Amino acid sequence: MSKGVAITGMGIVSSIGNSVEENLNALLQSKHGISKISSIKTRHIDEIMVGEIDLSNEELIKQLNLPESQNYSRTALLGVVAAKQAVENAGISDINDCRTGLISATSVGGMDMTEKYYYQYLEDETNHKYIGGHHAGDSTHKIAEQLGITDFVTTISTACSSSANAIMLGARMIKAGKLDRVVVGGADCLSKFTINGFKTLMILSDTYCKPFDNDRTGLNLGEAAAFLILESDEIVAKENKKVLAYVSGYGNANDAFHQTASSENGEGATLAMQKAFKVSGILPEQIDYINAHGTATPNNDLSESIAIQRVFGSKIPDLSSTKGFTGHTLAAAAAIEAVYSILAIQHNLIFPNLNFNTAIAETGIVPVTKVKEKQINYVLSNSFGFGGNCSTLIFSKN
Amino acid sequence: MKNCYINGLGCVSAQKTTESGFLDDIVFYDTNILPVINPNYKEYIPPAAARRMAKGVKMGVVASSLALKDAHVEVPDAIITGTGMGCLQDSEKFVSAIIDNDEEFLTPTSFIQSTHNTVGAQIALGLQCKAYNFTYVHSAISFESCLIDAQMKFNEDEASTILVGGVDEHGKHTNDLHHLIGHIKKEEAGNTDLINSKTEGSIFGEGAIFCTLSDEQTEHSYAKLVDVEIYSQLSEEHLESRIKTFLEANKLSIEDIDLIVLGNNGDLTFDSYYKTIEEGIFKNTQQVYYKHLSGEFNTASAFGFWLASKIIKKQEIPTLVKINDQPKKIYKNVLLYNQYRGENHSLVVLQSC
Repeated sequence: MSKGVAITGMGIVSSIGNSVEENLNALLQSKHGISKISSIKTRHIDEIMVGEIDLSNEELIKQLNLPESQNYSRTALLGVVAAKQAVENAGISDINDCRTGLISATSVGGMDMTEKYYYQYLEDETNHKYIGGHHAGDSTHKIAEQLGITDFVTTISTACSSSANAIMLGARMIKAGKLDRVVVGGADCLSKFTINGFKTLMILSDTYCKPFDNDRTGLNLGEAAAFLILESDEIVAKENKKVLAYVSGYGNANDAFHQTASSENGEGATLAMQKAFKVSGILPEQIDYINAHGTATPNNDLSESIAIQRVFGSKIPDLSSTKGFTGHTLAAAAAIEAVYSILAIQHNLIFPNLNFNTAIAETGIVPVTKVKEKQINYVLSNSFGFGGNCSTLIFSKN
Repeated sequence: MKNCYINGLGCVSAQKTTESGFLDDIVFYDTNILPVINPNYKEYIPPAAARRMAKGVKMGVVASSLALKDAHVEVPDAIITGTGMGCLQDSEKFVSAIIDNDEEFLTPTSFIQSTHNTVGAQIALGLQCKAYNFTYVHSAISFESCLIDAQMKFNEDEASTILVGGVDEHGKHTNDLHHLIGHIKKEEAGNTDLINSKTEGSIFGEGAIFCTLSDEQTEHSYAKLVDVEIYSQLSEEHLESRIKTFLEANKLSIEDIDLIVLGNNGDLTFDSYYKTIEEGIFKNTQQVYYKHLSGEFNTASAFGFWLASKIIKKQEIPTLVKINDQPKKIYKNVLLYNQYRGENHSLVVLQSC
């Protein structure tokens, strides 16, 4: 059994903090980041709650020292901040001292600028610099430029499982010997596009989301970015690197059921978890904590619960969804939850599932609702997206 | 290392590529927007389902069906899709609806379709394929990222047949904007003499090109996929040395390359990358290009991949793709090079089986 791929650094910005430290503190204090929309001009300002990051674009541009001519979308700005933190955390002084790649994930990309200037572009040239930044690869390209990565740079977009798949690809590339080091993660900012999109699907909660609660009413959207540094065993040994945790297993499967809904029997999710166990070589009973996808939509939480029951039988490990803290940050969700999974391993802690009262009638699963201390060796993290995309990652201490 | 063979192809493009000929009846355009020649979608998709599908999904379903059928595969062990913009028309529809109606009276259909992985997901749904399903969305190297992933999947013993494709559709508003910023040529250039264009920008196309890859060779195999590399940044001066290093890693020299397939798109500023090697290390090599036939789009290089695979199998080069005229030889080792606006470069080596 291989011990997996070493994680040597991480960085994060979310609605509960602009660093790993701040995120950990908020998790420990059960302090969520959900509030009414303040930074986006929308007619739904009073009816929708989101997880916003308390830094304006102007502040981020200043923090990153970007020139006047910059054409960064908010996704790119958040991504660069988190990725730079991760590189610093891993103690990397020269990013090109070995074969380094970047795999990022996003779903909205530069949509925030597109929706802002959509018709104005046709009228005057003021904001034409943003036109080329609409496509999903643009934020990744900018992160690569800021980090100095010039070769292997790509972007994955599989809706809400995107950054799980970025982490998975990175781990596979290290194992295959194609890269020595890879920055993996994802970024998504809030936009009218996603706010209205999820609203039309009628899966937005009008109050704080309640993952795994019988009376859950939908999700809160959020914005975030998080990145991990994965390094080969050779680099870790050569530089005597501190390893935060390992990517021990991973699996992706397709539910092949419906474009936006999960199947009743959680088929795709079950397959993803089973594949992750196969790669990891561990057994379900070795999992100490499940960081669930748990979006708090009626459909997801039931389907995921059933899948968990299928995989774990009657012995379901401690479980929580941290989306009550951050909201659902779409393509970034799996990356920020990877950071939380690693923190769980490092500090032997389980973070609470906020706003839970009553177990789902069909499954009776009760999540952990208060911070819980216990030895954590293995964490399983689920992320599922539109198009039936189901991904599972397993992180380990040793 | 496991081998990776191209066992099936399907191509929906601005040329008659779903028909039996091999670019022997070229379609010429006098505009800068090349639409696909629509196949008879009804042959592949029930009309009721087709009405709900985005153009990209329909093209993708047809191209993937053709690629699977060509390889005699029913359900692949993985589906890996590349797309620069996803179902762009639905993205445009949803953004304009938000603005035009001030966020009221919206319906979810176009939002759902706009998700980048819709094409890969809809193919999986149609085939009831529960396997690995990834979508890469990184500009000009979206398709090549899929190829790299697929090669690794074979080596991981996770698959023996993989459906890989590239798909992008036109979006009118987006094309208008790219015209405004000069990424589409200001003047109506058409596609007859694109390679000799003396202006900036390109002509835009759309299409869906899928292939069935397998770790086993069959009597129908087109070619072997030897290696793929992508580079986010690469300067013109380092291009030749990068190519040499890449070839050496595959135990090949410049002289071993019998054919080079280039991504020239008629943009005076950036075609200089291709010029460098056309007049440099590959001066004496047969050179072909294809974007005058397909138009430029994020996954247009998949059309180049389709072209190269066909040339290797048929051992003939359609006249209208030739850049130069070298004496005919056996096309064994073929190198593909593409970039867009000086960024996101890719190198691919194919070999005859």
